[in-house]
Amino acid sequence: MAELTELTIHEAAGLLKSGEVSSVDLTQAHLDRIAEVDGTIRAYLTVTTDEALEAARAADARRASGEDHPLLGIPLAYKDVLCTEGVETTCGSRILKGYRPPYSATAIERLAQHGAVMLGKTNMDEFAMGSSTENSAYQITRNPWDTERVPGGSSGGSSAAVAARMALGALGTDTGGSIRQPASLSGVVGIKPSYGRVSRYGLVAFGSSLDQIGPFTRSVADAALLLNTMVGHDERDSTSMSLPVVDFTADLTEDIKGLRIGVPDEYFIEGIEPDVERTIREAIDKLGEMGAEVKPVSLPHTDSALPVYYLVAPAEASANLARFDGVRYGPRIEGDEMWETYRQTKGAGFGPEVKRRIMLGTYALSAGYFDAYYLKAQKVRTLIKQDFDRAFEEVDVIAGPVSPTTAFKIGERVDDPLQMYLSDVFTLAVNLAGICGISVPCGFDGKGLPIGLQFIGPAFGEDRILHAAHAYEQTTTWHTQAPSFDLVS
Amino acid sequence: MTALSKEEVEYIAELAKLALTDEEKERFRGQLSAILDYAERLQSLDTSDIPPTASVLPVTTVMRQDVVRPGLPREQLLANTESKEDGMFRVDVVLED
Repeated sequence: MAELTELTIHEAAGLLKSGEVSSVDLTQAHLDRIAEVDGTIRAYLTVTTDEALEAARAADARRASGEDHPLLGIPLAYKDVLCTEGVETTCGSRILKGYRPPYSATAIERLAQHGAVMLGKTNMDEFAMGSSTENSAYQITRNPWDTERVPGGSSGGSSAAVAARMALGALGTDTGGSIRQPASLSGVVGIKPSYGRVSRYGLVAFGSSLDQIGPFTRSVADAALLLNTMVGHDERDSTSMSLPVVDFTADLTEDIKGLRIGVPDEYFIEGIEPDVERTIREAIDKLGEMGAEVKPVSLPHTDSALPVYYLVAPAEASANLARFDGVRYGPRIEGDEMWETYRQTKGAGFGPEVKRRIMLGTYALSAGYFDAYYLKAQKVRTLIKQDFDRAFEEVDVIAGPVSPTTAFKIGERVDDPLQMYLSDVFTLAVNLAGICGISVPCGFDGKGLPIGLQFIGPAFGEDRILHAAHAYEQTTTWHTQAPSFDLVS
Repeated sequence: MTALSKEEVEYIAELAKLALTDEEKERFRGQLSAILDYAERLQSLDTSDIPPTASVLPVTTVMRQDVVRPGLPREQLLANTESKEDGMFRVDVVLED
């Protein structure tokens, strides 16, 4: 039997079902792995050892009493922006240090109902703002493929945990690329569902018109499996859509003959690393050889996505983060009157990137600048969405890079926000348009760092991108490769 | 070229009720100017006939059945704060009499 931490969720589910392993074995193996390597990788902010073993025992008992579900007893990790009842949820911020939510996010609640086991909470850029996980107030997460480099972000703890075999799968959130970019840089699968697919209840809000929760896994089929359980209407999130129940794993065939794949010229720009461009083009050629109909599409407003995003998302964030006033939760710094308490509490509680975005968003929404910045950005957002609407009249899915570069060095971009933002130049538009995207491993650069291929689908077209990604994955071995790294003592 | 002044930075920080050090004000002045300058490129697009997108979903107001049901327990909701009194959140004075 392969090492328990090397399994896919599908493989582990098979062993649990046949009784060859118990959830306690599987969970303990992951806790041991975390104890062994997380001192080096630092993916977890909290490891819930006792709760995990208790949940594993409960899952084994449910199975013994005849219950069966593919997720029953599967150990997973959750990004620290997702509320977990009674378990500290900090969003990577000092302003939520010690916060224990009185409820769990709907997506997590649904996974738990089906018997998934929580291993712990993963590190992230503060309030999901960042592309490297360096903006965490607590620790820097290292990329398992090269521990001198970042895992990507903002869900870098989740991507690193899955890549380093410290969880069979994990949840992240994606507001502008925060699942797909770390999936690409960490060499795992990550999907951002369409806006409205997964309930945002219990996801601490950043950009409410953009945020979505999605899974990280080591196979496309595993991502489909997690998504099956997470989706669906939730009356506590009025933007979660009521759609027919689908089994995302059902149509995962290797046959993509006749699938129309669009390749946008605008995704192969100056600044993209030659190894990334070459690898992505090879992957697209491969799709053509497999029988897909590959053709060019145009997304002419691609270069507007970055400025639109950095007006819209900070504007929404500045409103959402106004709630952190130190009254109901979080550390509080007492001033001599109410406003001074707010000023001091926020000034001490938020880190530099969060402050920068609150400032930017407040400016874009302020009197005299609203029309020129925020309203203008919302109008260009319409143009970006129309680009995709037109493209999807011609093609079934769009393929291209996830990020212009592979994993960069820790510290390399922290002093240059614009340079950091460029990391998400190919992912932002998907959130602005509310559509779905997936990153699937498609090779390595000359330094041995992983590269992700992005498939983009129309709103609620997750079945299409999962199908394309699965078919590609099954003809390659990129996703089966594991990183090796030296442990720091 | 967008260049924010120190006074503008202080004005925005006050709108956001965010205490900043002098060092932060100076750093943000430069960084926000650069980002806003980058955003200027949007002005070259003609959007005169384009409606704004605030949300991609057609959903407007969603109603649910108006049924009484239990909320979260009070002790649990107050568990994360030191600032409480008589089973309520204690806030600073908002209106003086």
